[in-house]
Amino acid sequence: MPVADFLLDRIVYRYDGISALDGISTTIARGQRVALLGANGSGKSTLLRLLDALCFADSGSIAAFGEPLTEARMQDENIAIAFRRRVGLVFQNPDVQLFNATVFDELAFGPLQLRWPREMILDRVAATLARMGIEHLKHRPPHRLSGGEKKRVALASVLILEPDVLLLDEPTASLDPQSQSRLIEDMIGWGGGAKTLVLATHDLDIVEDVADVCLVMQQGRLVAEGTPGAILGDHALLQRCGLIHAHRHRHDGNVVHLHHHLHRRGHTES
Amino acid sequence: MPEHSFVAHRHRQGGFLEGLIADLLALLEHAHRAERLAGSPGLMQAFDPRVRLFGVLVLIGLTVQTHHLSTVLGLFTLMLAMAMLSRIPLGLLARGIWISVLFFTGLLALPALFLVPGETIARLPLLGWTLSAPGLASAAMLIARALTTSSLAALLILTTPWPHLLKALRILGMPAVAIVILGMTYRYLFLLLNSALDLFTARRSRQVGRLDADQSRRLLVAGGGVLLGKSLQLANDVYLAMLSRGYRGEHQTLDDFAMRHRDRAALLGMLVAVAIALAIRI
Repeated sequence: MPVADFLLDRIVYRYDGISALDGISTTIARGQRVALLGANGSGKSTLLRLLDALCFADSGSIAAFGEPLTEARMQDENIAIAFRRRVGLVFQNPDVQLFNATVFDELAFGPLQLRWPREMILDRVAATLARMGIEHLKHRPPHRLSGGEKKRVALASVLILEPDVLLLDEPTASLDPQSQSRLIEDMIGWGGGAKTLVLATHDLDIVEDVADVCLVMQQGRLVAEGTPGAILGDHALLQRCGLIHAHRHRHDGNVVHLHHHLHRRGHTES
Repeated sequence: MPEHSFVAHRHRQGGFLEGLIADLLALLEHAHRAERLAGSPGLMQAFDPRVRLFGVLVLIGLTVQTHHLSTVLGLFTLMLAMAMLSRIPLGLLARGIWISVLFFTGLLALPALFLVPGETIARLPLLGWTLSAPGLASAAMLIARALTTSSLAALLILTTPWPHLLKALRILGMPAVAIVILGMTYRYLFLLLNSALDLFTARRSRQVGRLDADQSRRLLVAGGGVLLGKSLQLANDVYLAMLSRGYRGEHQTLDDFAMRHRDRAALLGMLVAVAIALAIRI
């Protein structure tokens, strides 16, 4: 039986009285690549924040690496540092994550918090900049970066810690195709495919490339779980969850078709 | 594409919104120009930021310490040479520093011309006030000192990226928390400026005719409210992003500055110059 990095049991989380997560139970195995699929407001980002111990469930329990993940335990500095070392979250909005004055400071921030020695930090920053192909951005302030560059720097600022689990919130949102492609390559290549990856997205185009399991969420509930092939093939499920839409096209000769729109996978007539 | 790299329409004619947008654009352009200058090759830019900071502080110290106008003028000339070799346009210093310093220091120095007793060199017609030579020397000294010190400070700022300058301040014992806060302020100022620009540009795109004073005030207050709400949300998310990367309430900074031979030589040269200045009491 594979080792579980995260074990979620009947998680309920309310935000301003509204149920953001409602009875989520699932297991994320070590080395698994999980795509959280769902329309806007389905609870994907909230679930990622819970997995990163930035907020805690109102009821239910989460275990991370075999230990309970609770607010009380995260108050312990040693536990918190060990957890932050193992789990990294890349936020949807890179402006939130790039809070330092330069790219160098951004990459050095995490290692500094984890009390790494100065020489080790300098070496690791240089190595990560080179690996991500962003050495030329080293002294740039974040407001001088393009959207794609910001995303890459945000990813680098987390990857520098070499976490065992990488959580990504809408990593390809508002990126041009080239930046999107480079980011996907980074995700696929990260850790040689041996590390755990959880990404929240409603971009179905990237799912088959980066995930081996899909969890489909709708209004805070987990409504389906399966392989990318099985989930992407279930058009009724995807349409019900707001992940694809049906619309009519008028072709030559006034022939009208109703299509499900699935982007790169092409049109599927119904 | 960087957030700011759109074509600036700088026409000030038009109403309140146009003026506001032009001001925001001018502010962003000014900041970007300063960043470009700091990043371009030049004399000052070639040295370690800590050496630049130390050197400018030494020159400011000498300017304040000396009692000879000729020494101050010599230091001012040195500053001009440094600015030119650092490719800082003198027009920028003149517009940004000299005019305002001359005006305000001139106002302060004006009474000294007539109140300091000494040899009379002129008499004002009608009023009959006497202009004394010591008064003139005192006013000239004050203005020259103010011009030189403010120009040196501006030169440092224009040749050193703000984040590097902040880190260099650590040599003066500035607390890490202050450096981190100032750094974050600098970083998010641009984000909020761009947000404000987008907000008011979007409003202008839906505007027909000109706004009267009452509508302009309401627009400004509403815009401020929206930006405040955004700032609060942003602050919360930024804090979570900091926690996520191990932040535990203790601020730390790291620089990758490296002293080279020329930096050490410059430091040594400055120390020698200070020793000579103290010895001969310039």
